[in-house]
Amino acid sequence: MQALTNKSIAVNRSPMTFWERLYLINIIKGMMITFSHMFKKQPTVRYPEQKREFSPVFRGLHVLNRDEEGRENCTACGLCAVACPAEAITMEAAERMEGEEHLYREEKYAAKYEINMLRCIFCGLCEEACPKDAIYLSETFAPANYTRKGFIYDKNDLLIPNTLTDANALAKAKGVEA
Amino acid sequence: MTLLAFDWAFVIEKLILIVIIVLTTLLITLYTTFGERKVAAILQDRPGPNRAGPFGLLQPLADGLKLIMKEEIIPNASSKWLFILGPGLAMTASLMTCAVIPWSTDVHLFGRTIALQIADVNIGILYVFAVVSMGVYGIMIGGWASNNKFSLMSALRAASQAISYEIAMGLALIALLMTTGTLSLKTIVADQTAGHWWNVVYQPLGFVIFFICAMAECNRTPFDLPEAENELNFGYHQEYSSMKLGFFLFAEYVNMIMSSAIMASMYFGGYDLPFFDETTVAPNIAAMIGLGTLLIKIVLFVFLFMWIRWTIPRFRYDQLMNLGWKKMIPLALLNMLLTGALILSKL
Repeated sequence: MQALTNKSIAVNRSPMTFWERLYLINIIKGMMITFSHMFKKQPTVRYPEQKREFSPVFRGLHVLNRDEEGRENCTACGLCAVACPAEAITMEAAERMEGEEHLYREEKYAAKYEINMLRCIFCGLCEEACPKDAIYLSETFAPANYTRKGFIYDKNDLLIPNTLTDANALAKAKGVEA
Repeated sequence: MTLLAFDWAFVIEKLILIVIIVLTTLLITLYTTFGERKVAAILQDRPGPNRAGPFGLLQPLADGLKLIMKEEIIPNASSKWLFILGPGLAMTASLMTCAVIPWSTDVHLFGRTIALQIADVNIGILYVFAVVSMGVYGIMIGGWASNNKFSLMSALRAASQAISYEIAMGLALIALLMTTGTLSLKTIVADQTAGHWWNVVYQPLGFVIFFICAMAECNRTPFDLPEAENELNFGYHQEYSSMKLGFFLFAEYVNMIMSSAIMASMYFGGYDLPFFDETTVAPNIAAMIGLGTLLIKIVLFVFLFMWIRWTIPRFRYDQLMNLGWKKMIPLALLNMLLTGALILSKL
């Protein structure tokens, strides 16, 4: 039969020789192979102590961004929720009151902002949809949790720490999350 | 008061020796399970258990604790007493072998000469055989009492496998006994120490046969047919849980250590450290060196067992029987014949 590629190797169907039928030599050959594996490098990443580097395009947990004055960017327009193919995002808008200008950048803000991490597929479409640079996917992933409820992240979980009020806040948050 | 002319110190000495040997065997067995997992892991490029304690050294304790904490399930339809007896018998039978193994030369303590062997019976090897064949009762009873078809099938397999391979094992041994001329393990080991070659030099084929049969007797891969998961679910311990299951699993490792000790004693000079004259050091130190040597030999054999297990897949059942009856027994007979002829020609 004509071979389609040069990759196929014809199976040797000649009868086994005496030494092959003895089987012992082949067992010893096999044992040498397994023995050589004792000295091979283990590819294991010993997880809690060692961490594998994420690639630069990794899409992990979401963060809600602040502007350079520490005000929340999100205006609760709902475009992320619309873009979300998994329907993981819900939010409630509220109007900014007098005296809250240092908290929210624009007149409308998200009073409630929840992402269900069990639904989320980390596609990053919310990041693309956002007109206000308010939502980003970070380089951490959702840690394990005992309940389903624990996977519904609210605004407190998502909002990036304000570095203007607490200089170490970001490092602290990273230490906890990462 | 003298109650029958009994040497009570002798009884106490033997009792202490029994306790020490059994406990040490169990401790070593604990760590053999750990060793098995580590060896398997290293042969497969993994780190293996490394969470419990430094290097995972507490892992066997965690395993044991876990087994004890598990729910004890005795199936309704099982015959209760036999169901409980099974694992106990398997464990007892495998531990009983250690009675005749000469662990080292005599130790001198408190003005007494203590033999590091529980009993130097002059039919040591016969005793080993008797006990080893009893081990299959544990599996048989356990499998039968479970009232589970798979367990029964697996128990049947275990029994027929043990019977088939015991014949070849015995025949390989007869050839060895022809050269040694004694059944006492102590004498066999002593004969190999005093400037003589180890028995494996005289009986290479016999050793290979004995080793393969020992592997089959221990139900180790490639002969672990009684535990063939793909056709028998879990094998004869299917219905067992908690420490009863642990006993079955443990007995396998005890068996492995015991057969390693027997092989080391019969073919590899037992406690004899090669190229070292034991008479140059104090007898107690020589005994300790001997003990260490035997333990190292046992560890090497156990490693060999594991190494084989993680290399070759298991036989099919007909292949197993073929190998046992059509290859091993004729080979063992041939070996016996050759040995006999050689001995006769030298007379």
